[in-house]
Amino acid sequence: MLTKRIIACLDVHAGRVVKGVRFADLVDAGDPAAQATRHAREGADEIVLLDITATHEGRQTLLDTVRRTARELFVPFCVGGGIRTVRDTEQVFEAGADKVSINSAALADPSLIEAIGRSFGAQAVVVAIDARRDPEAVDPVREARVYVHGGRKPTSRRVVEWAREAEKRGAGEILLTSMDADGTRVGFDCELTAAVSEAVGIPVIASGGAGTVAHFAEVFARGKADAALAASIFHFGVSSARALKQELAEAGVPVRLPC
Amino acid sequence: MRVTVIDYKAGNPTSVLKALRHLGAEPQVTDGDLALVESAERIVLPGVGHFAATKRLDTTGLTSAIRAAIVRGVPFLGICVGMQWLYSGSTEAPQQAGLGCFAESCTRFPEGHGKVPHVGWNSLEVRLKGGGASRLLAGVYPGEYVYFTHSYKAPITANTAAVTDYIEPFAATVERANVMGVQFHPEKSGATGLKILRNFLEWREEKTEC
Repeated sequence: MLTKRIIACLDVHAGRVVKGVRFADLVDAGDPAAQATRHAREGADEIVLLDITATHEGRQTLLDTVRRTARELFVPFCVGGGIRTVRDTEQVFEAGADKVSINSAALADPSLIEAIGRSFGAQAVVVAIDARRDPEAVDPVREARVYVHGGRKPTSRRVVEWAREAEKRGAGEILLTSMDADGTRVGFDCELTAAVSEAVGIPVIASGGAGTVAHFAEVFARGKADAALAASIFHFGVSSARALKQELAEAGVPVRLPC
Repeated sequence: MRVTVIDYKAGNPTSVLKALRHLGAEPQVTDGDLALVESAERIVLPGVGHFAATKRLDTTGLTSAIRAAIVRGVPFLGICVGMQWLYSGSTEAPQQAGLGCFAESCTRFPEGHGKVPHVGWNSLEVRLKGGGASRLLAGVYPGEYVYFTHSYKAPITANTAAVTDYIEPFAATVERANVMGVQFHPEKSGATGLKILRNFLEWREEKTEC
């Protein structure tokens, strides 16, 4: 039976793992390579590394980090942040990533999704969407808005409609981050996740807001997520992926165990 | 051990190379150097992406070289599209023939029953083959999980060594003498995947006609 994936996310800034609340107030959370290996050993199904303050000067640092992180990692490894061209993608794959996550660049030029898919296959393209409910809309969830530049800048795109377009252009997965919930540990935005998951035929990874085991069970059931991503819940030893999965299994969620 | 990894410019072989090195092999990559296929002690054909990309194997002469190596008894492992290539073809690219080691064709998951691609960790139902256990899957217990990402799949036949169920049961591995294929990514499947790759590297003599 296909299991629900628990994905450990490492937000990286200048070669270090950091964690913030609502994309601000960053604190240091360790070395990416060491963190990734530990998460994999402790049962994470996949590792995502996001360069959250990607700059042109920081490219080499990122590629070194990816190379070091990938070296002893034998679970799927996705890298995102600042990927703008097929050439950027190529370098990240050569450094050892299995998938890339693209966000602002895909919005600026949606044909980038097709271009990466042609060279590396659809399974290698994750389209990341930073979403915020639109309190002024008639339906704040279905009309949630897409944000770019690390969640700092609103766009005119609606989340559900953009997810559909990304799928049509050949995205292999959607990584949906709720900006409202990110870093708060109050739970995933299940309504928003379900709206996107029902609108597309590709897997949706829910992100933002994980704080308890119940939050994960909820986003898989009510949110119809195929995978869920967590960062702060693991970083400070709150729980391991294995402990989380053991509790999820008891709650009836299909997960990879033993792991 | 001289492991030749075939690069046919569909996806990236980095992860496979890393896993093989981790297991102590010395993989060499080629996108057309037939001498590396002729001298290989093991051949690995990784693959992500579109079945049509395997056309490059024909135009570079790799298809014939690989076929000859298989007949000589060199153990061959196809991963993902690399496994599908062992069959006669795939509906993903009907004009492109596979190696034809296995007569059947690969097909897409039916629409409307679940998300496609099939992405994630799914379990293996290991089958006994002709009274003996699969050698590729030695030490792998029924129910162990491996990582899949694919939209096309091979049918279950007498050569299917393990079955996985998603939408419908399909061949997770195929094995006949020195020809082996896995639909999942052993290089991305943690300890279980490394065990399968180690079995492949430690495989001993047996020939098949292809």
